[in-house]
Amino acid sequence: MHQVRLQIKGSDEARYSYSIDVQISAVLQYWSKPKNYPLFIRSVPVQNELKFHYTVHTSLDVVEEKISAVGKAMADQRELYLGLLYPTEDYKVYGYVTNSKVKFVIVVDSSNTSLRDNEIRSMFRKLHNSFTDVMCNPFYNPGDTIQSKAFDSIVSAMMVQAS
Amino acid sequence: MESLTLTDVEQKYYSDLFVYCDTDNTKKVASNGKVLDLFRAAQLPSEVVLQITELCGATRLGHFGRSQFYIALKLIAVAQSGLPLRVESLNSVKDLPLPRFVVAKNEQEARHTAMYPDLENQGPYQGVIPRPPGRGQVKKVSAHEVIQPCVPTVEPQPDTTSPVVSPHQSPPTSPHAWRKHKRQASGGNVERPPVVVAGAVWTPFREVQSGPVVVGDGMWSAHSPPPVQESWVSLKDTYPPSSSKMPPMHLSPVQVENSSIRTVASITTANEIQRQSSSGYDDPWKITDEQRQYYINQFKTIQPDLNGFIPGSAAKEFFTKSKLPILELSHIWELSDFDKDGALTLDEFCAAFHLVVARKNGYDLPEKLPESLMPKLIDLDDSAEVPDQAPDVGYSGSPVEVTPNKSPMPSLNQTWPDLNQGNEQWETFSERSSSSQTLTQFDSNIAPADPDTAIVHPVPIRMTPSKIHMQEMELKRTGSDHTHPTSPLMAKPPELSEETKLATSMKILMFFTKGDGYSSSDSYTSDQDPITSVVTRQRSNSGTSPEGLKVAAAPPPPPPRPNASHSRSSSLDMNRNFAAHPTGPQQSGVVACPPAIPPRPLPTQTSGPHSGHRSDEGLAAHSTTSPQQIPEQPNFADFSQFQAFAASDQPSDDGEKHPESLPVRAGPLRTVKIDNQEERAAATVNSAKGSIMAPPPKPVRRRLKSEDELQDEALPPKSNVIATVLATLPSIPRSVGKDKKAIQASIRRNKETNTVLARLNSELQQQLKDLLEERISLEVQLEQLRPFSHL
Repeated sequence: MHQVRLQIKGSDEARYSYSIDVQISAVLQYWSKPKNYPLFIRSVPVQNELKFHYTVHTSLDVVEEKISAVGKAMADQRELYLGLLYPTEDYKVYGYVTNSKVKFVIVVDSSNTSLRDNEIRSMFRKLHNSFTDVMCNPFYNPGDTIQSKAFDSIVSAMMVQAS
Repeated sequence: MESLTLTDVEQKYYSDLFVYCDTDNTKKVASNGKVLDLFRAAQLPSEVVLQITELCGATRLGHFGRSQFYIALKLIAVAQSGLPLRVESLNSVKDLPLPRFVVAKNEQEARHTAMYPDLENQGPYQGVIPRPPGRGQVKKVSAHEVIQPCVPTVEPQPDTTSPVVSPHQSPPTSPHAWRKHKRQASGGNVERPPVVVAGAVWTPFREVQSGPVVVGDGMWSAHSPPPVQESWVSLKDTYPPSSSKMPPMHLSPVQVENSSIRTVASITTANEIQRQSSSGYDDPWKITDEQRQYYINQFKTIQPDLNGFIPGSAAKEFFTKSKLPILELSHIWELSDFDKDGALTLDEFCAAFHLVVARKNGYDLPEKLPESLMPKLIDLDDSAEVPDQAPDVGYSGSPVEVTPNKSPMPSLNQTWPDLNQGNEQWETFSERSSSSQTLTQFDSNIAPADPDTAIVHPVPIRMTPSKIHMQEMELKRTGSDHTHPTSPLMAKPPELSEETKLATSMKILMFFTKGDGYSSSDSYTSDQDPITSVVTRQRSNSGTSPEGLKVAAAPPPPPPRPNASHSRSSSLDMNRNFAAHPTGPQQSGVVACPPAIPPRPLPTQTSGPHSGHRSDEGLAAHSTTSPQQIPEQPNFADFSQFQAFAASDQPSDDGEKHPESLPVRAGPLRTVKIDNQEERAAATVNSAKGSIMAPPPKPVRRRLKSEDELQDEALPPKSNVIATVLATLPSIPRSVGKDKKAIQASIRRNKETNTVLARLNSELQQQLKDLLEERISLEVQLEQLRPFSHL
């Protein structure tokens, strides 16, 4: 599985998509600082990776819109799981944002109908947990790209499992 | 020649051998002489060798290319393990040991004696270790020095000067190649693949050194007789008593012979090794007493309370002093912070420190925490453990190297030499591996073993919301004393399926190990609060996620439902015409008001007979066409009226439709389909009458069309009206003589329909206005609230 780490500011996004028997998954994790760069990107398989990156970036807008759509009173109740951000002809994009405004985006191929919403939720939850573990590491400076092997392995396992 | 699939181990081994044989440095062809020597060294009968060379294609080619060489090597391995030589066996045989080659004994002896002095010096060290992963023990293996030249090229070790023995390292690192051997190499070993090649060579040596040989020559001689091709597995079986801890035991009879020679020279050291090897020597990650003491002292400098935590920031500063790259420190942290709480306990700290030390001395970090480094239980007696010679042994021969690395930690330098001299204690190793096993088994003895340990309060270990954590929270609530923890905990490990049970049990262990003397209740509360909040947050996240969005939607009134009454509207016309129509049910309620038009006597009568007999069909058809169709139809009484009407009608469609429309008329129906049918009926009626009543149908058609459109908005009453209107239509063509009357009747009806529809229209308009006003008011509210949303 190819692992891409971009120094772009942004969020992470996970994407899964099928191409024949191969499933593509791109997991990107975006930081929420003003610049919104990705902390972590992973996609499987690797074709059209740029396309996934682009998709993820554009989906950031939707994420932003969703989190700003809620009024101030709702800030606390705002759900972390954003659900399906938007479907396109090829894939579906799901979003998740943590309380620290770190965004996770998962892109899944539309032909992968077996992935249900709660499965996506559980994936986000796992991502969140792993991300928290990474954060707990005092040697990890928030804002660095995530190079934790444990995180990688969890993400890979998740993507493989989803495929 | 069939393609060959080699494992990494094999790949490396073969490439080294190839390099060795490639005396002309052609990189492509192994010189025949060398190759043949090598094959001879494989101790196979010459016909086998010939067969091999033939099979690999060298005879055909006349020389040994790389692929031929590899194939030949693999075939040698096949032959050595006693399997028949076949081309298919190349790829089909799994778990094939590497081919073994033996150099002339003279050379071995010579090298051996040269090596042994070192060995003797390091005697005590040897048995201990499975040489620290990757340490340059390569040098030590003398027996197969022929192949050894290859090894240094492979040996990535930064410093290979360590004279310390233990080729043991390599065997542990090649568990894949030697899968058969049961002894599981500790995690630290796995990371030394480069040494694997050496491992192939080393293992026999190692075995010589440790275990079985030790028992004495007698043992060896006993093994000499075994056939050359004896599988090393069986050999291994004979060694269990002495090689309790030995990882791969690939002793071929050949090596047995060699080792027997060697043992003469090294019997004493071997004995020592034997003794030591019986203890958990194969774990390079064990921490020696001195090391542990040192770590504890260091821990104290940061955190005086040995049972307390070192916060992550302090640990970060401390370990940054070691000048390791941040990435590696991060990895070390990941490995050692077992409970992922962002702080280090004493055990975690020791593990982390140990990893740092190991890393600084050139050992690669393991992928996962070695068992011996896992946070241990309180009652574990580490003092008698086999010291982890990994860093020590390696350093014994290269203190100089150690020093610069440790400059930021000067005290460490002192420690290593101390350790090096502490040979005596290494002979007193006891079997400690079992103790580490207890970690995973979640021994119930643990808690009771320390009755004084009052589990005062469960330690929130994990800050992150997780299933384990939730369970821990549960534990907290339930387990307030000693006894409780064990039972729920014992019950828990089986339950935990997803997260590693080990991790969980370790975590839970942490609970209890810290119970006693855990004085920092402050940290507890602070820990607990975020945890509970996290937990609640977690729960709330999951729980409210479906509702959250809905809540957001709650304040604004739900948008008006679109045409509930026309939910079944499949007609495009209906949809189109209802585009602007919001309130369906309301409409129906409202529109229901307009009185249902009583069935017209004329049309009913005229169509009565016809519809009467068609009613059944019509009903049936109707039921099929409009599901909602009602069997309320049975206003056959009405039909009778229509029968005459229907009889005059045309063909089946119309007739069927009429009865359908009639029942519609009779009972308020909400099916759009009825309207559809009416439209269709109207159309057909019109077409049917086309020829005769061309003009009249047109206006009728038009009227019908308008009615159709109105019908789109129409509710049952309207449909009733229209039904009646339609019902009257058939009558028109029927009798030319009655044209006028019929026309007039239809006109009248149409007028009535018009009024009804007009009334309906006005009401709908009224509703529309109301809704618009509502909408405006809502928008105003939204506008008012908007400023607040940006706060």
